[in-house]
Amino acid sequence: MIRIAVGEGSCGIAAGAGKVYDKLASLLPEDMRPGVTGCIGMCFLEPIVDVYEDGKLRRYVKVDEAGAEKIASAVTTGDFEAARSLEILPEDEEFLSKQTRIALRNCGVIDPTDIQSYIDAGGYSAITKILKEGVTPEEVIETVKVSGLAGRGGAGFPTWFKWNAARASKGEKKYLICNADEGDPGAFMDRAVLESDPHDLLEGMLIGAYAIGADEAVIYVRAEYPLAIVRLTEAIKQAEERNLAGDRILGSDFSCRFRIKAGAGAFVCGEETALIESLEGKRGMPRLKPPFPAAAGYWQKPSNINNVETYANVAWIINNGGEAFAAMGTETSRGTKVFALTGKIKKGGLVEIPMGKTLRDVIFGIGGGIKSGRDFKAVQMGGPSGGCIPADLLDTVIDYKKLSATGAIMGSGGMVVMDSSTCMVGMAKFFLDFTAKESCGKCVHCRIGTKRMQEILTRIVEGKGREGDVELLEELCSAIKDGALCGLGQTAPNPVLTTIKYFRDEYDAHIREKRCPAHECAALLKYSIDADACRGCTACARNCPAGAITGTVKQPHVIDPEKCIRCGMCKTVCRFGAVKVD
Amino acid sequence: MCSCNGKPSDLSLLDGVLAEYASVDGSLITILQKAQEIYGYLPTDVLYRIAEATGQTPAKVLGVATFYTQFRFRPVGKYLILLCQGTACHVNGSERIADAVYETIGIRDGETTEDGLFTLTHVACLGCCSLSPVMMINGSTYGSLTPAKVKEILTSLARSDKEEA
Repeated sequence: MIRIAVGEGSCGIAAGAGKVYDKLASLLPEDMRPGVTGCIGMCFLEPIVDVYEDGKLRRYVKVDEAGAEKIASAVTTGDFEAARSLEILPEDEEFLSKQTRIALRNCGVIDPTDIQSYIDAGGYSAITKILKEGVTPEEVIETVKVSGLAGRGGAGFPTWFKWNAARASKGEKKYLICNADEGDPGAFMDRAVLESDPHDLLEGMLIGAYAIGADEAVIYVRAEYPLAIVRLTEAIKQAEERNLAGDRILGSDFSCRFRIKAGAGAFVCGEETALIESLEGKRGMPRLKPPFPAAAGYWQKPSNINNVETYANVAWIINNGGEAFAAMGTETSRGTKVFALTGKIKKGGLVEIPMGKTLRDVIFGIGGGIKSGRDFKAVQMGGPSGGCIPADLLDTVIDYKKLSATGAIMGSGGMVVMDSSTCMVGMAKFFLDFTAKESCGKCVHCRIGTKRMQEILTRIVEGKGREGDVELLEELCSAIKDGALCGLGQTAPNPVLTTIKYFRDEYDAHIREKRCPAHECAALLKYSIDADACRGCTACARNCPAGAITGTVKQPHVIDPEKCIRCGMCKTVCRFGAVKVD
Repeated sequence: MCSCNGKPSDLSLLDGVLAEYASVDGSLITILQKAQEIYGYLPTDVLYRIAEATGQTPAKVLGVATFYTQFRFRPVGKYLILLCQGTACHVNGSERIADAVYETIGIRDGETTEDGLFTLTHVACLGCCSLSPVMMINGSTYGSLTPAKVKEILTSLARSDKEEA
């Protein structure tokens, strides 16, 4: 019995999985039609085709249309030797074998478009057990409490506590909400779950709704994730057909209707009260807390909001017991966490590991280190709310408290790796550009404070920084931290504070010496031609858009610094490495 | 704000959407999304019609529409380029990609070419971080971009469009 599955998550499709699927479908006989699976998280190897023969898996990677032909012929003839060159290398297999997958356990394994595939993998057994065996909501909350599960969206607040507060709130009508507005640039673990295992999210939400006493569940998904919306919509329909969602689920007294709401692009809507405002059709501006959503949330009714990854752990916890989850991790951070490993990393993708591992384990042990051969410089964690952790803190243990101590945060799990060619002042500016743009404008500290910080950082990278700018930034940071209304503003200074703390010398080089040590800030670069290396081929002069290069054939050329616009074109076209950048 | 060459929009196209959502509390964003699907952007007269049908002030409707980056108030070109500005893309050189787009077709974020062929919009993370830098044109993703690759993609789209015409 042969089963073929093509990895069709968004990244797989972007890498060309659709064409590979079509090719396989056109070549294979009817009884071997390929199926789809979601994202296995090995983004650096996409497109991926899995061939299962009596349970044995052969995994083919970086498959193009020619590769699909080889696989099709291997499958039909039974001669797998011909396709061996496409098989995953043992050292790449370690990317998965070194992980511990709970939230992602089905991602890239099951068919996300078929509820039966999830059920065959043990799906919906947790909610069935709860409803058939009469497990009480209090017992569910107790299990989650024992597990130590904390909010995976970034804040790390204990999940059971929120559930308990919403359960204890008085009111007939309650809502359970899923925050799938994954806006942190560089994080895509929620997208992977939504696209690759939507039923796991639904089951986790059903259990949450049962625990707090809600009969309506809303999933707020980013509009930038169209495939996630399609797969969720289909999953809800299939669950309703099997009486696993909707009224009187599995014949019990428990009802829960699902609804999807597409976001419209606003980072601040990841803040739970802003998300609620947006759900109500308003501008997504945070509310003053208290009251907390558990008391007065969506339409002023008691509401509970958790992130996708948080819910994705719940069914596993019910099935395996809170103790099994709590057995992993550290004293203050239990279970596993998913990270999106990107940037200048050799093997980028999704990594789920028990808390308590070190950053080095993830970046070098699993991710294979830096792809360029340059030196590791820093890892950015927690996106616009987080910070940059330098090389000498690589042995920091992954744990909410330990990471916060560095000035970064666990956040939603984005891990952007940087090498020596990344300018840290530029990085701080990048995040301030982002937060200044995404600030909702409600409170003065965030609206004006982030704008002023952005202006100061812009002048520094343009070589117009002044003595005292760093101190001014620090003063603004502390005022914004204290004065902003919501998490977006309160954490917006983190990228600036951590880069000042660990890379102060780069700020000083920009301000005092008008120099960018990473050679990234265009305004501070000086291009020149090494007369000894230049062969006078004229390629640079012909390609220079500013006409800044002069010289005759077979004679060394010269760049006029006044005319040079620092576009780097000469360096790109020079075949002799004669263009120097300082 | 533009009301498309001064020509009034065909408001009857909205009837179905308004019949379904106008009286449902909290649906303003959904209505705006559906309206944008119909018209490609949100013309002024359409915003007024939505305000009238939902019983909200035009200022409130515009306030909500301008809050979210998804909504546009000008017609878009035939090819909508979404250029990813995520962290991974930034680290891998998305700024050079934006420059390459400008050098090739002369538009920056939010602008449309004079011939109405291309619109460029910067977007937050598209979530294909391992292929960074990334752009999406009319739903197709182009990854591992270089300035040369961008030039090639855009000129070949423009060329094939000319041939069609």
